[in-house]
Amino acid sequence: MTPQNTFADSGADLELAGISKRFPGFTAIEHLDLTIPAGSFFALLGPSGCGKTTTLRLVAGLEEPTTGQILIGGRDLTNTKPFQRPVNTVFQSYALFPHMTVLDNVAFGLRRRKMADPVGKAHEALRLVELDHLAGRKPLQLSGGQQQRVALARAVVNRPALLLLDEPLGALDLKLRRQMQLELKTIQNEVGLTFVHVTHDQEEAMTMADTVAVMNRGRIEQMGAPEDLYELPKTTFVANFLGQSNLFTGEITASTPTSISIGVSGRAIVVPKDRAEIHTGVVTIGVRPEKLNLLTEEPEARTGVNVIGPGRVIDVSFSGVSTQYVVAVPAVGDIIVFAQNMDFGPVVTVGAEVWMSWSVDHGFGLADSPELVTAEAGV
Amino acid sequence: MAIAAFAGNATAVDATPRRRSWVALFLLLPGLLYLVLFFIVPLVSLIITSLESQGLDGSFAYGFVVSNYTDSVSTFATQIWRSFGFALIATVIALLFSYPLAYFIGVTARRWPLLQSFMLILVIAPFFISFLLRTLAWKTILSDNGPVVTALQGLSLMGPQGHITGEPIAVVFGLTYNFIPFMCLPLYTTLERLDLRYLEASSDLYASGWATFRKVTIPLSLPGIVSGTLLTFIPAAGDYVNASQDFLGGTSSTMIGNVIQSNFLVQQNYPAAAALSIVLMFVILVIVSVYVRRSGTEDLL
Repeated sequence: MTPQNTFADSGADLELAGISKRFPGFTAIEHLDLTIPAGSFFALLGPSGCGKTTTLRLVAGLEEPTTGQILIGGRDLTNTKPFQRPVNTVFQSYALFPHMTVLDNVAFGLRRRKMADPVGKAHEALRLVELDHLAGRKPLQLSGGQQQRVALARAVVNRPALLLLDEPLGALDLKLRRQMQLELKTIQNEVGLTFVHVTHDQEEAMTMADTVAVMNRGRIEQMGAPEDLYELPKTTFVANFLGQSNLFTGEITASTPTSISIGVSGRAIVVPKDRAEIHTGVVTIGVRPEKLNLLTEEPEARTGVNVIGPGRVIDVSFSGVSTQYVVAVPAVGDIIVFAQNMDFGPVVTVGAEVWMSWSVDHGFGLADSPELVTAEAGV
Repeated sequence: MAIAAFAGNATAVDATPRRRSWVALFLLLPGLLYLVLFFIVPLVSLIITSLESQGLDGSFAYGFVVSNYTDSVSTFATQIWRSFGFALIATVIALLFSYPLAYFIGVTARRWPLLQSFMLILVIAPFFISFLLRTLAWKTILSDNGPVVTALQGLSLMGPQGHITGEPIAVVFGLTYNFIPFMCLPLYTTLERLDLRYLEASSDLYASGWATFRKVTIPLSLPGIVSGTLLTFIPAAGDYVNASQDFLGGTSSTMIGNVIQSNFLVQQNYPAAAALSIVLMFVILVIVSVYVRRSGTEDLL
């Protein structure tokens, strides 16, 4: 392994094979297989404690896996020390050395690898994050956003084959966050590194990454392009963690070669078979709130359209672009509807009787049911 | 409250800070009195004594005899150099010994709080017994008939006429031993607060264990190193117990502390003793301020 003296020409593949990590008393990761192709912007998304940061630390070499292998660019690096890996991390806490100037912080990695002209390259990296004018300051004299950019420059300047980002935007306010998200994307496009980004913010993951893996309790629930994950979630966890979902659970009442239907409070809800994970027994069918139409009169039954209702509007919250309605349907529960404000203001008020309809093709069938998931979690 | 203060007359606004400053002064009074009584007065009296002249009958009179300084410094130059040399060696050995120990207690043992407190107690435990008693005990252990000398002679590592007590090695050993807790505790307090994420960041940035230690751990624990070395060096340079012939010292290992002590109490040459005390204090002040300036930790003082 000689990451010394030369920059990586391009990003490298990262492959995790059969990784598990057990700490005394709990299992952080159980049997993880993951391949991240070179040059991609990959996001590991999950709630806190799901094992995503542990995964990152395993890749960086700061933790050792209990079992399994870590391959970077096809080389097995499982038993190498962190400083021997062509990997750099932007830490959640930034971990900028308080006793060094910003410039020395950025040049640190270059100096350890005895690269030529560390100061010039460090200035270049600081110009990339627009902080070159603060090169002589100490990290504690900078604002949170500036520290974050220094941490980014300190990692990017080394041109690692793999750049790991551990919730680096968590401490920033919304505006700065947006700005940094764009900057990160730009840097990734410019330098062509492989980025692995850990976050619990689904919006951040979806806007930045080209592939998102949703992690829950040490396992990857689902992985794919953000739009695929959003439009066709496969598990209850993904359906609820990535955006909001209305879920209906019921026994299958009818089945055709292309679709299945379940009975929910006397109505049939249909979903295409190719959008459903399981085709027998009790099935959970979901639909995203923005796919629903709110109707003030009961619509005629038509094939290709699911209808639910009547229900009563119990909450209307106006947010400018759209309005969120919560509709209580007897024997079904609360259903959330997002409606674009095509006209002025909300179209119905609290207490109105409404029906909801959506195209059968917008539904999705999950592999598990909310009841089973909660029972499993012991809630 | 602030609005009411602005609305009221000017005297009312002034009254608050003034009253507060009186309270502060009142609370400071015992400390100030203590300083004046036990530091300023003795210091002035010491300076006056150091310049006194001696009459033919042996009595002392007020004067301005600068030769008290030049004479005593030239007479006892060997002892002065020896004191700082011994103190320096003892400080370096104590640092080399204490740093790994403090690192272990403060960093490695963080996961086991019980072990941490147990080891801290072991570091502090010697304080439960008088400093003089412990030094006497070492005198017995290191004496010519003691186990160490007998064992070394038995192994032919030491000649039959060899000694440990009375030799410089015994004095340096005593100084090191007695001041190790003063080195260890400040080191422990900074290392205990050392944020390990900096070490992780360093190893992530291609620094090997040794490079991380040199470039990150040492600079971040510098405040502890500086205060530990000062707390060891300053009292060690002026120490007169270890080097005393009643304890571990001999004629060839006398330190400036012993000279001052014997001038004050045995020969009763007060001006010389006072002059040496002031020289010792002055040299330590210079060394400390240069050292602190160089290591960039002025805020410690």
